[in-house]
Amino acid sequence: MFLGILHGLALFAGFLAPYPYAEQHREFPYSPPTPLVGARAPGVVFLLGTDAYGRDVFSRLLYGGRVSLFTGLLAAFLSLALGLALGTAAGFYGGWLDRLLMRAGELMMALPWLYLLLAVRAFLPLHITTVQAFFLLIAIIGGVGWVRPARLIRGVVLSARERGFVLAARGFGASDAYLIRRHILPLTLGVVLTQATVLIPQYILAEVALSFLGLGVAEPVPSWGNMLAEAQQYHSLVAHGWMLAPGFAIIPVLLAYLLLADTLLEKGDRRIIAPAGPAR
Amino acid sequence: MRYIARRLLHGLLLLVGVSLLSFLFADLAPGDYFSSLRTDPRVSAQTIAALRAQYSLDRPLPVRYAAWVASVLRGDFGYSLAYNSPVGPLLWARVRATLLLTGTATFLAWLIALPLGIWNATARGTWGDSVSKVVLSFLLAIPDLLLAIVFLMLAVETGYFPTGGMVSPGPERVEDVAWHLVLPVAVLVLGMLPTLVRHVRASMAEAIDSPFALSARAQGIPRRRLLFRHLLPAAANPLISLFGFSLGTLLSASLLIEVVMGWPGLGPLFLEAIMARDFALVLAVVMLSASFLVAGNLLADILLYRMDPRIRMK
Repeated sequence: MFLGILHGLALFAGFLAPYPYAEQHREFPYSPPTPLVGARAPGVVFLLGTDAYGRDVFSRLLYGGRVSLFTGLLAAFLSLALGLALGTAAGFYGGWLDRLLMRAGELMMALPWLYLLLAVRAFLPLHITTVQAFFLLIAIIGGVGWVRPARLIRGVVLSARERGFVLAARGFGASDAYLIRRHILPLTLGVVLTQATVLIPQYILAEVALSFLGLGVAEPVPSWGNMLAEAQQYHSLVAHGWMLAPGFAIIPVLLAYLLLADTLLEKGDRRIIAPAGPAR
Repeated sequence: MRYIARRLLHGLLLLVGVSLLSFLFADLAPGDYFSSLRTDPRVSAQTIAALRAQYSLDRPLPVRYAAWVASVLRGDFGYSLAYNSPVGPLLWARVRATLLLTGTATFLAWLIALPLGIWNATARGTWGDSVSKVVLSFLLAIPDLLLAIVFLMLAVETGYFPTGGMVSPGPERVEDVAWHLVLPVAVLVLGMLPTLVRHVRASMAEAIDSPFALSARAQGIPRRRLLFRHLLPAAANPLISLFGFSLGTLLSASLLIEVVMGWPGLGPLFLEAIMARDFALVLAVVMLSASFLVAGNLLADILLYRMDPRIRMK
């Protein structure tokens, strides 16, 4: 099962490493922008063929993967950080802060997720640079999804707050910050990890969907989403099947995360509070 | 009974909050429907201002919100600028199409997932269970988008299925719509199955492993009756919540698939409205989907309350 983890890591490393072909992953010296230029799969130069503008699909796959995967990762990180902060605050301090945060969370959860993402993205300026788009996507996807982690973490904090060793430490005069840092946060680790393995694939798909609809990373920077959007334009996809490569590339990524999630659940069953409920 | 009333009130308050939030948010958007006109040199600034005033886009926020609430209570959901028609009828046709799609898909998905999950739970450890675990995991890893595009590709290639839309030209017939439904529904069902089966299996397994099941079996209750009359109700708690959630996402689950496969539902409408900054339409769609979500959860809560005595005891 560790293969799953290694696989996931290998995928990341592959994108971090500069790809041999292209300092420029776009124009390829021998591909004038002729439409529908395609090399058969194990071609001499183009590992996965080219697209309408003669760009190498394989390199774009790698670069696009970098965008899509890291957006998912960073957005999940943001969601978890927010969820951790707000959930701990709500659980630890209770009272009006708790009620306020939970109400706000409920409000956000009442809005349909994809619709919310689309609306948020589209209501911001439509033409922005790639770098801005990247961070904007991360901010939006991550900022919208803090609710479920926050709720779960709040649950953990609530029960941890009353544990014997916490009360004892308090009796010795420990400050709030110390208690949180030293005793409560480590207990949330399990929830955070399992939530991460659930959120990251979800967010990767979110980025792909947004880019596919034209609201994510813009041309010519590739992302698996906008590569798929290009693929959609081919009416005889069978003749140009390699254009679907980004879609198929997502599958092993998601599988790897699934395996990771299962492994974590199995290994940590004694210590981790496994969250129950709908996966979405 | 008071419980139900409380949940209902809670739901309504939630909806009010949602409406406020979406209104506020839509207002923060830079520009409105007429912004694109500004780039057209033939249209003067005064014309734009006049247009804005005509559609009351320049009045302050609370005024607009109050006006909107008042009109909603009257049943009028506003006027769509992009489509030049009142929002209500525009929505209605699309909502019907989407509900047809997602309703069929949800129904089929649950129809398949329940028996499959129960069978898996009873047959844990056998090859059947392992096979289905592997297949479902693989299915879970396939993004809906890819599936939709591939199916579309198949449709184009084999010509067996139509390549989009809900009806072929000509009078609307049931078989025609059904024929168009097949592919999108297939994509949706395949997407929903893995999670559903997992949850059914998990809760059934928990019920099967519980002490009361063992003692019931020891007392001689036949297996099948045990399964359906004792275990299934015990396992139903999380499943009912899940079902309510399924119902809640009836409107919103199919956005991508509708866009890709050309199904004339709420999804494409929402997308266009957003791109065109059509305020009224966006607001109406968001409110409608949010209402469905809230209603779905409410229904789940109420069902749970009626069916699970453990909740009533609190």
